[in-house]
Amino acid sequence: MNTDALLSVSGLTKHFPIRKGLLQRQVGAVQAVDDVTFEVARGETLSIVGESGCGKTTTGRMITRLIEPTAGSIIFDGRDITHVSVSEMRPLRRDIQMIFQDPYNSLNPRHTVGTIVGAPYRIQGIETEHGIKRAVQDTLELVGLNPEHYNRYPHEFSGGQRQRIGIARSLALKPKLIVADEPVSALDVSIQAQVINLLEDLQDELGLTYVVIAHDLSVVRHMSDRVAVMYLGNLVEIADRMSLYTTPRHPYTKALLSAVPIPDTSRRQNRERIRLEGDVPSPIDPPPGCRFNTRCWKATDICRTQVPVLTVFAPGHQAACHHPEEPTVATPATPAAAVTQAAETSAEGDA
Amino acid sequence: MTASAASAASAAADSPVGLGGLGAPAPDAFLSVRDLQVHFPTDDGVVKSVDGLSFDLARGRTLGIVGESGSGKSVTSMAIMGLHRPDTVRMNGSIDLGGTELVGAAPELVRSLRGKRMAMIFQDPLSAMHPFYTVGAQIIEAYQVHNDVPKKVARAHAIDMLGRVGIPQPAKRVDDYPHQFSGGMRQRAMIAMALSCDPDLLIADEPTTALDVTVQAQILDLIRDLQRDFNAAVIVITHDLGVVAELADDILVMYAGRSVEYSSADEIFRRPQHPYTWGLLGSMPRLDREPTDRLMPIKGTPPSLIQVPKGCPFNPRCNYRELVGEACTTQRPPFRSVGDFHHLACHLESADRQKVWATEIEPTL
Repeated sequence: MNTDALLSVSGLTKHFPIRKGLLQRQVGAVQAVDDVTFEVARGETLSIVGESGCGKTTTGRMITRLIEPTAGSIIFDGRDITHVSVSEMRPLRRDIQMIFQDPYNSLNPRHTVGTIVGAPYRIQGIETEHGIKRAVQDTLELVGLNPEHYNRYPHEFSGGQRQRIGIARSLALKPKLIVADEPVSALDVSIQAQVINLLEDLQDELGLTYVVIAHDLSVVRHMSDRVAVMYLGNLVEIADRMSLYTTPRHPYTKALLSAVPIPDTSRRQNRERIRLEGDVPSPIDPPPGCRFNTRCWKATDICRTQVPVLTVFAPGHQAACHHPEEPTVATPATPAAAVTQAAETSAEGDA
Repeated sequence: MTASAASAASAAADSPVGLGGLGAPAPDAFLSVRDLQVHFPTDDGVVKSVDGLSFDLARGRTLGIVGESGSGKSVTSMAIMGLHRPDTVRMNGSIDLGGTELVGAAPELVRSLRGKRMAMIFQDPLSAMHPFYTVGAQIIEAYQVHNDVPKKVARAHAIDMLGRVGIPQPAKRVDDYPHQFSGGMRQRAMIAMALSCDPDLLIADEPTTALDVTVQAQILDLIRDLQRDFNAAVIVITHDLGVVAELADDILVMYAGRSVEYSSADEIFRRPQHPYTWGLLGSMPRLDREPTDRLMPIKGTPPSLIQVPKGCPFNPRCNYRELVGEACTTQRPPFRSVGDFHHLACHLESADRQKVWATEIEPTL
C-alpha cells in the first residue's frame, strides 16, 4: 500500500437488498457498487466519472460513511473506518466533509447562513479564538462571500452563491478530505467556472484532498490529477488524467470520451464517434462476465463468461478489459496553446 | 412605457432595437420572429423574460438558442407554442409561422396548429408524459386529434413512429407505460410523439440535458437524422455550446431576455464578437484543447429580470466597458448587422472588438 495515501479503498461493495412480501424476505439485491479498489494520495484530486446508476454517488457516500458498506474496507489516514459506529465517526467528520450537488436542497431554508456554516463548530463543540461568528465570517470571506451575509437566509442567494455557502460549511473545520458530489453540475456555465476556480484555489491554499464525483468529462479533466471510470458498479479504468484522456484502454472510456459534444463546428464532420447501442443494464441483474459486454463492440465469448480484472498497462494506469484498446500515438487536439496567464493579458488590455 | 416598447411602437423611424437589420422576413423563412417581447406583470414588478428578440428560420435548418438559466430561452419557445396563460402574460412583437401571426392569435387557432404544424420536445420526458397512460395511447391521442382516422390506423402509425425513433420491438413496447422505459427511450418516445403529425416546426427544449453522455450522443444523432427525413425547421434550446455545435446551422445567443449575438454556427465558434459569447466560451473546460490551468469565468451573476441593468444588460459583468465609456450604462445597444449574416448588440467599436478578440480572447480559447 502506498504510504502517502490519505484514503485507501479496497474491495468496496454495496448491495441494497430488495425485500418483498409480508415477511419482507430478501428476493434480490441492487448491486450498486461491486469490488471497487483505489487510493487517493494527499493533496491530489481523484475524480470518479460514469453515467447515472454506475455507483459513483454510492461510492462517495460510503467513503463519508453516510451509508454502510456491504463488504470491503475503507482506510482513512491510517485508520480503518469501514464499520465504525456513528458516534465513533463523529470526531472523524472534522476531517472528512462533503459538498453536495444541489445547492437548493442541501441548505436548510429556515437557518441563516451563520447557523448553517457555524453548525460544524457547534456539533463538534469547538472553541474558536474569537468566537464562532468570527470564524464563520472568515470562512465566508475565504469562499468569496461577504462576511455581512452572516444573518441572511439561503433563499436570498443565487445558485452559485448557495454552492459557496455549502463549500464554506464543508471547509469550516479545516478537513483533510472533501468528497464533492457533482459540485458544479447544477450551476450555469459562467458560474460553474467561478466555483471550479474557487475549489482549485482552496486546494492550493489549504492543502485539501478532493474526491470529485462527476459526469461531465470536460470538467473532470480540468479539475483532476487522476480519474477513475465506473460502469454499472465496477471500476473499469483508473489512470492519471493525461493517460486516461489521450490513451484510454477500456472501450467504455473510449466511447464516453467520443460521445462528449465538442463546441467547434469544424469538428462535426471528421470526428470518429463510437455509438454505443442500447442502455445500461439493470444493476439488479447485471450481465455475467464483463458488465459492459452487452454494449461493447469488441465483446467475445470470454467477455460473457469471465469477469475481467484490473490490469496494469502503465505506471498508475489500470483497466479491466479482455480486449483493451491499443494506445494510439497521442495527438494533441490542437497545437499546444499554453496560455495560462489570462490575468496578464487582460491587464494589458486595460492599460 | 419602457424605452424598448416605445421604440418597438415607433417602427417608422429607425428599425426597432431588437431587429438588427432583420427587416422583412427572409424569403425562405418559415418561422419569422420580430422584436418579440414576453412580459409577466407580478406584484414585484414586470418580469421582462423576453425583451426584443428577432430571428428567421427556414425549413430543413436548425437554430440553436443558447443562454443561461433565466435568459428567456424557454419562455421564447413557450411563446411560439402558445403555452403561456393569456391572463398572466403580455406579448408584443410578431411571430410569423408560415404566414400565420401567432402573437394575439385566438387560442383555438394556436391549438389547431400545435401538434400539427409545430411540436415540442421537453427536457424531462418523465414529467412531460402522463404516467397513467401507455406510451402508445399518448401518441395515438396526439395523432387522432389532427387526423380523422380509426384507432387501429393511429395505433399502426404509433408503432411505426416508435420504430423510426429506434425503440426496439415497437409493436410490443407501444403498450408499455412511461416508467417502463429508460430515460433515453422516454426521450425517443417523446420525439416520436412530437413527430407523429409531421410538424413543420420542431422545438427541442434542452432535449438531452437530463440524459447521460452516451445516450445524449444517440439522441443528437436521432434528431439530426429525423430532421433530414422530415425536413422540419428545428429550434434547439440549450445551455450547452457543445450540443449546438453538433446540431445547429445558426446560433442565437440570448442574455437577460435579449438577443445579443446571432450568426451562423461556424461564425459564432470561429469569430464570436460579443463579450458575453467570449465569456461563455472561456468558462467552458474543453476536451478539444490542451488543458489550461484556470478557467476564465464571467464575473458576477446574471441580472434579475425585474430590474435589468440600464443600457446594456451585460455591462456590470463586461470586462470591456471602459473601452466604450458611458454608452454601456445609459443606452441599450441596438441589435445591428455587423457583417454578412452576423448580428450583434454591443457598443464596442468594430476595431476594438477585432483587437480584443485577436489579442486577448482567441489565444486563450
